[in-house]
Amino acid sequence: MSQTGYLVVSALMFTIGTFGVLIRRNPLVIFMSLELMLNAVNLSFVSFSSSLDDVGGQIAVFFVLVVAAAEVVVGLGIIVAVLRRRQDATADDLSMMRG
Amino acid sequence: MLAATFSFNIEKLVWVIAATICLTGSLGTVALRNTVHNALSLVATLFGVAIMFVLQQAYFLAAIQVIVYAGAIVILFLFVIMLLGIDSRDDLYPDHRPWYLPLAAVVAVSVGLMVIAAALVGVTQVTGARSQLASLKPDDDIARLGEVLFTNHVYAFEITAVLLTIAVVGAVVLVRKAGPAIDLDEFPLPEPEPEPEPEPDYDDEVDEFGDEPTVEVDDDVEAEVDAPTVEAEEVTPR
Repeated sequence: MSQTGYLVVSALMFTIGTFGVLIRRNPLVIFMSLELMLNAVNLSFVSFSSSLDDVGGQIAVFFVLVVAAAEVVVGLGIIVAVLRRRQDATADDLSMMRG
Repeated sequence: MLAATFSFNIEKLVWVIAATICLTGSLGTVALRNTVHNALSLVATLFGVAIMFVLQQAYFLAAIQVIVYAGAIVILFLFVIMLLGIDSRDDLYPDHRPWYLPLAAVVAVSVGLMVIAAALVGVTQVTGARSQLASLKPDDDIARLGEVLFTNHVYAFEITAVLLTIAVVGAVVLVRKAGPAIDLDEFPLPEPEPEPEPEPDYDDEVDEFGDEPTVEVDDDVEAEVDAPTVEAEEVTPR
């Protein structure tokens, strides 16, 4: 398959992820949509890497994976700390966290 | 010749299957109501992306994708979902702002159109010199990845170690039961059910709105006949 096909799939996944981040209120689902967007970007990185014959794109994907793992750990820690106090907290309630 | 055509078709077939898995899983991640179903759809999407990595000869990244994402990150999500017992009462769309859903759709679609346009237009116009030292080795992609990672990007790699350490320490500090790092009073416990409001005082309402409830009118009519008319005269000018 040509590179365009991968890029279109990546763009559609990114769109769906953006939509999810915008409309969902459950912080966990927002995080999952964020992972979706990161994966869409990873896919286009690998696609450009193979079409340009340059391993730099795959290096970028490697670091994105590491950063995504760290981000998920910290983000889920925050969500657990919040939801432990309030079971039904939504993203709107997280505005309480401002100083 | 025949083999080339055949392999191309197989690749295309696998691509179609992977794209279907990716897009269906993405929609499920965003649109399903149950949080566990969202997480499982996310797993499907990540597998589809891993298939696409394999199609593009990024075998190491495909393996890492399955191990790290599907094996660790989604398991973390499922742990949190089941640990906290999050139910599916989450309303799918914010109902208190009716204009929000169309706005979100417009924003997301315009972002997507922008990226698709860039993909369709820019593919044939990629500029810049091709890399000489970092070209792919399809048969041995791990070796090339390691070479470049530990030479050109070695500082970023070392900083990654710091990042992971900070993330682990931060997660432990955040989730610890009680500690000086978090002021738990910022998130008060849900308040108990409020006591039922005492019956409103009807005399006050008469003063405020000039409209006396019928109950009191009846009482007054029964008690003394003159009182309602007097009050009505007082109230009327307002």
